[in-house]
Amino acid sequence: MLKNHAKLERTAIGFAFAIMLVASIGGFIEIAPLFTISETVEDAPDMRVYTPLELAGRNIYVREGCYACHSQMVRTLQDEVERYGHYSLAVESKYDHPMLWGSKRTGPDLARLGDKYSDEWHVAHLLNPRAVSPQSVMPAYRWLLRNELKANDMPLHLRAMRKVGVPYTDAMIANATADTYGQANPDSGAADGFFERYGFDSNSRYFDGDKRKVTEMDALVAYLQILGELTDAADQTAGAANLENDAEGATQ
Amino acid sequence: MISQLTKTEREIALLLTILLAISGSILGLMGRGDLLGYHGALLAIAGYALTFVLIKDHFDPEPGPKRIEKYYDDPIKVGIVLAIFWVVIGTFVGDWVAWLLVFPDATFDAGWASFGRLRPVHTSGVIFGFGGNALIATSFHVVQRTTRARLADRVSPWVVIVGFNLFCLMAASGYLMGITASKEYAEPEWYADIFLTIIWVVYFVLYMRTLARREEPHIYVANWYFLAFIIVVAILHILNNLAVPVSFGHAKSYSLFSGVQDAMLQWWYGHNAVAFFLTAGFLGMLYYYLPKRAGRPIFSYRLSIISFWGIVFLYMWAGSHHLHYTALPHWVQTLGMTFSIMLLVPSWASAGNALMTLNGAWGKVRDDATLRFMMVAAVFYGLSTFEGSFMAIRPVNSLSHYTDWTVGHVHAGALGWVAMITFGAIYTLTPWLWNKERMYSNKLIEVHFWLALIGTMIYVFAMWNSGIIQGLMWRAYNENGTLAYSFIESVAAMKPYYVARAIGGFLFFLGAVVCAYNVWKTIQLPAVAAKNPDKPPLPARGSPTALSAAE
Repeated sequence: MLKNHAKLERTAIGFAFAIMLVASIGGFIEIAPLFTISETVEDAPDMRVYTPLELAGRNIYVREGCYACHSQMVRTLQDEVERYGHYSLAVESKYDHPMLWGSKRTGPDLARLGDKYSDEWHVAHLLNPRAVSPQSVMPAYRWLLRNELKANDMPLHLRAMRKVGVPYTDAMIANATADTYGQANPDSGAADGFFERYGFDSNSRYFDGDKRKVTEMDALVAYLQILGELTDAADQTAGAANLENDAEGATQ
Repeated sequence: MISQLTKTEREIALLLTILLAISGSILGLMGRGDLLGYHGALLAIAGYALTFVLIKDHFDPEPGPKRIEKYYDDPIKVGIVLAIFWVVIGTFVGDWVAWLLVFPDATFDAGWASFGRLRPVHTSGVIFGFGGNALIATSFHVVQRTTRARLADRVSPWVVIVGFNLFCLMAASGYLMGITASKEYAEPEWYADIFLTIIWVVYFVLYMRTLARREEPHIYVANWYFLAFIIVVAILHILNNLAVPVSFGHAKSYSLFSGVQDAMLQWWYGHNAVAFFLTAGFLGMLYYYLPKRAGRPIFSYRLSIISFWGIVFLYMWAGSHHLHYTALPHWVQTLGMTFSIMLLVPSWASAGNALMTLNGAWGKVRDDATLRFMMVAAVFYGLSTFEGSFMAIRPVNSLSHYTDWTVGHVHAGALGWVAMITFGAIYTLTPWLWNKERMYSNKLIEVHFWLALIGTMIYVFAMWNSGIIQGLMWRAYNENGTLAYSFIESVAAMKPYYVARAIGGFLFFLGAVVCAYNVWKTIQLPAVAAKNPDKPPLPARGSPTALSAAE
């Protein structure tokens, strides 16, 4: 072996190729099969896509680096299931480009945050976390309420998402800007056909409580309120209902 | 600086800076309605400024024919200075975000000053800014000395140094403005990723061409590691960052992958960034500067072969240990765990090889803080690789994951191993590069050593405590069979440890400032005749040199 290696040490190109070869094996064996995962993971026919407003909110979540302190992945451990709800299923993040599973919980997991608190609570919490949770170490995000949401390029965002595999229809893309404003401004009538496109149980409200303008706060709260709510797949798993009931009151 | 370039080289350089200015301008125009415009402007300004410098000095006298008899060290000097610049910035921002967890309202009500945006400035600043510049600079130094060949040309080293630092600037300024792809340790967006890919290919080609010119028949072990670092980082970077931009006028892009695949790719990247950026590259550093400084040959050639190929092969399997108990298929988690444990063998072989090399030089370790930096680095390398393998075991991970224990582990590696070996290399290299008798102050090296060591210890102990307490509180049940603590109680319990961590981090930052001052004063010392002469004559075949293995 040592003799052969002495030979290898005498050729730079050979050495470079050897590194590429040896380094590729592990990644290939672990990653390539994951692209056939659709054949092994349960599908969720009821799963809906993010509305443009929710996608804009998700982009704000990314922009502010929320993932640095909040995971979105409930592990298959008893205490996590009791604290946060049913463990996360693979299918639940299939429209997440990129995924936001996170790696650190300076704050709690958010995978099942949707519908757990009121919009008012979220707005108050984001404006001053310590107003609702005195010991919190989360920064305040007051600029979200000051910044009006830019949505004129949402059709481009949806088109890019479609290119990477999210099934947005032509109508969704064409109406993306109107849907963004309309979802956060239900009386405006701007989002004609919004519910037909995204489903009748999607939320359309004044998320930030301000009826005059659509802000970044509207988008972020809209996103936080559908975390874990895009599909009922988790609820349908056997035993899930019991665990979720146990989880009530234990969270936070 | 351009006095070393020939006329042709100056013209090529001019062409490249004009190209940079034009592409920056185009990017700026396309992205004028978006944050992308600022980065276009940044590249354009850099391009125009460099073009101006090149034109201004274009007619300066050319270097004589003797230039090819010497190694080309100018870009290395710049790389070392930039590495020190970034370590000061990076550790400063790191300590800042540490204090933000103690005083969460200290954000001036501004987006850029919030934890989520500053944190990647810290991570990218220290990993890429400090680590990257140090690796590039030392790899240029080591490859010339161990091959007895001059760098293959005098333009591409500058392309690598300048380009890489422009990438770092785009990364750091982008996070502050809110440009991020959110993939940890790969946050820069698509255009910066493409830019880095081009720079990295230039780096690879330069490295290979220099190796091809070598006068030594064998490629020395340090170069294996640098080569693995360059090649594998390229593979990881390209695959993990595949994305579709919203448009060519938008900074924002959407990852090509989603959910499980994206998570696996991200941590395949993430863990191997640790392996090939923060380990392989720095082992390259260790395999040159440690034996040089100790004046001892590497303990075992065989161990270095085993550990090298062990690291290259095994690490690539280990990334999935970041995803235990998640929606990632179980068999991938199990493979990740298994290979992570096997990794202990080549890791300890490397650490052991380094420490055994010091046998017979322990007196020097006692007296010489520079060598002590490298010794402590090898010890921390051994400790944190053991800890890493341990934490990759699934049940251990159920406790440690998502907690500060991970943060503590990372910093044991980053502060204890990566930064310490780099400081050792910097203190060894600086007097050589600038032709000085020695560093300006050995006392200050000693001060830096203790600041760094104590700072690291405080940091790591604080995070071990907070991490384990967090993990235990999250899973604790009371006698009624319900969860004993709310999440916020675990947050409140962290406070003393967050204060301690920020103090430890501050000591480490102070050490970096001391290092910057010492290097700065050293550069200003009067030069002496080179103590480490350029291109010594080839030793007679078979006679041992400082770097040849003892066996």
